[in-house]
Amino acid sequence: MGKTLWIVSFLLGASLVLAACGGGTAPESTSNGETITVVETVVVEVPAESAVSVPAGFGVTLETVRARGNLICGVNSQVPGFGYVGADGGYSGFDVDYCRALAAAIFGDASKVEFRPVTAAERFTALQSGEIDILSRNTTWSLVRDTELGGNFTATTFYDGQGMMVPTESGITTLQDLAGGTVCVQTGTTTELNLADVMASLGIDYTPAVFEDADSTFAAYAEGRCDAVTTDKSGLISRRTVLTDPSAHVILDVTMSKEPLGPMVRHGDDQWFDIAQWTVFAMIAAEEFGITSANVDSVRSSATNPEVMRLLGLEGEMGLKLGLNNDWGYNIIKLVGNYEEVYNRNLGPDTPTYIPRGYNSLYTEGGLLYAPPVR
Amino acid sequence: MTQTNSLLPPLTERSGVLRWMRKNLFGSWPDAILTIVGALIIYWAVKGFLTWAFTIAEWEVVSANMRLIMVGQYPVKEVGRLWIALGFLVFLAGNSLAIWARKSYFVTILLLGFPALLAFLPIGDESRGWLFSLTALGLVGWGIGRSKPESLGKIVIFGWVISLPIFVLLTRGFTSEDGIMPIVGTNLWGGLLLTFLLTVVGIIFSFPLGVLLALGRRSELPAIRLASVTYIELVRGVPLITILFVSQLILPLFLPPNMTIDRVLRAMVGITLFSAAYLAENVRGGLQAIPRGQFEAAYALGLNGVQTMVFIILPQALRLIIPILVGQFIAVFKDTALVAIVGLLDLVGIAKTVLAQPDFLGLQREVYVFISLIYWVLSYGMSYLSQQLEVKLGVGKQ
Repeated sequence: MGKTLWIVSFLLGASLVLAACGGGTAPESTSNGETITVVETVVVEVPAESAVSVPAGFGVTLETVRARGNLICGVNSQVPGFGYVGADGGYSGFDVDYCRALAAAIFGDASKVEFRPVTAAERFTALQSGEIDILSRNTTWSLVRDTELGGNFTATTFYDGQGMMVPTESGITTLQDLAGGTVCVQTGTTTELNLADVMASLGIDYTPAVFEDADSTFAAYAEGRCDAVTTDKSGLISRRTVLTDPSAHVILDVTMSKEPLGPMVRHGDDQWFDIAQWTVFAMIAAEEFGITSANVDSVRSSATNPEVMRLLGLEGEMGLKLGLNNDWGYNIIKLVGNYEEVYNRNLGPDTPTYIPRGYNSLYTEGGLLYAPPVR
Repeated sequence: MTQTNSLLPPLTERSGVLRWMRKNLFGSWPDAILTIVGALIIYWAVKGFLTWAFTIAEWEVVSANMRLIMVGQYPVKEVGRLWIALGFLVFLAGNSLAIWARKSYFVTILLLGFPALLAFLPIGDESRGWLFSLTALGLVGWGIGRSKPESLGKIVIFGWVISLPIFVLLTRGFTSEDGIMPIVGTNLWGGLLLTFLLTVVGIIFSFPLGVLLALGRRSELPAIRLASVTYIELVRGVPLITILFVSQLILPLFLPPNMTIDRVLRAMVGITLFSAAYLAENVRGGLQAIPRGQFEAAYALGLNGVQTMVFIILPQALRLIIPILVGQFIAVFKDTALVAIVGLLDLVGIAKTVLAQPDFLGLQREVYVFISLIYWVLSYGMSYLSQQLEVKLGVGKQ
């Protein structure tokens, strides 16, 4: 019976201490609830030990992961296309495949991942407390999360953003086609403001039909009371699934807001950050060079482009610099695939969860995907 | 003629379907209108549901995911262990029914025949075989219990005592990957298996804790009384979901780095601690209903305080509150669904993840109806068995 008491008194004590020392930085943070106070206690855990160039936390995560023999990856288990459990009991999805790629880079074995379903509420705590090594769960990159929540976003794997869904038979393909139409939107959200801004800047005349909550917004759309409905694209695909005939609706190739999603690591271990980041870059670079899981062996045996050779571990010892083996890049591509393969497997045109690539195309094709050079 | 004939009611009140209907359903004009309206509503609702269930619903989502719903991501090649664990329970149930409920043939047939009944659902042949084996095992247990009811009693009670540890041991395993029973991490436990374990552990551990708290609250020692009251009121003052949140989200931050407590264990502890507070109050209600004279009589016989409690007061008090206890246990069973919110894949959690499968998008109704059915069958089963127990113990009659 002392347990609950103990926790409560600890909480009280912790917030008191923080209230005493937090005055200088953010006056309102103390009245803001436990989430923030708790986070600050953790930040203390990773002080730079001395003036030596390698900080205290450097390399700890990789060491832990290797000693354990598998990677623990925090994922979402309930988003179609991004993370779910298949009928065979295995995880699938876009975010899930990233975890596999990371495991491939570390162990040369994409199956050495333990997936830990985490909810939106617990994801950051799970990352801070070390329950998961990395969070790959449709989480939007933002300043607060990058700082106060004690994590670092490594790279954007999916540029989500507000999208527009219309019935296929309406023939609408661009926002301009919506001129004079009605758009269902949830009121009091940034979604509503974004819609107004974008439509105003394009000079499109439309009627917003606003609703109190997401359910009634989509119910109204389902009843045909609007010509289109708008929310984040990843939200649209899961909402589309509950419509009577999901295939009769299409998500337009427009993005109206910034919701960059990507894997997140703990503060304090730069080596782990680099590994997580360059796993993303390797997949993007592989697509850029046209290396796929199918042709990676032949490319490796005949490679002449120095950057491709470095990516595939033929020269330059890039893997060692990350603390991995030199064939890390090869393993990612061979065992999981390049960015395009992963995208098409989970969100491509042949899947029920199709989202047009839009911003998630290579920079050479008008998208935002751009990997720094491997050298 | 005989006396019974003369006791029949007058001809106008004799029963018969039409007469009964006339009396109960169409007694007066308002009654008749209510009956017709009610019947129309029922017809409309039932027809709608049945039409949906048999023509529109795509039950394939359930049959394809049956294993996931039952045991979560538990490895296929280890599932046999769970069947064996279940077999042990059914065997014990057969034993117990033969020893303590000799005459309750209906309950026996219902309980032991249930697995065989399930085998007629569209499931894999392997599961079907296991289900039939379960019924067979139950019948064997019943036969053995029937042949030697006197000598077996203590062995069966011992069997029940070790049944939970055995179940958990078989579920978890104890050897390395290559051994005969490799460990299956709790992150792979899910579906009904997880719901079942959370419920059983919650009930079994909260019961003694609740009784102790109830006794503590009635204790004459101020420190113990204050501690019990504080615990009960603190825990009853917060919703279960906050306790789960604390155990899943806050607790890890207080633990030393690199130390993690298993999430399922944390949920089990949370549910147990929560349920114990409510149980304590239920038990206290039972204790208060025991007349003072019972204590005095016990003391007069020379029993000491502990003996009085254990042999005189508690048996009577607990018998009194069986309906409340069962209500509490059913509540625990359904409350476990909250762990889905903190990311565990119990029945509800696994239902949500099944709904995210691209092959079965938009089949919310099918999945949730099926999950509800499981909850209902098990809850009603608990309720029905407790009613049988009450009849057997003569609660409310003696």
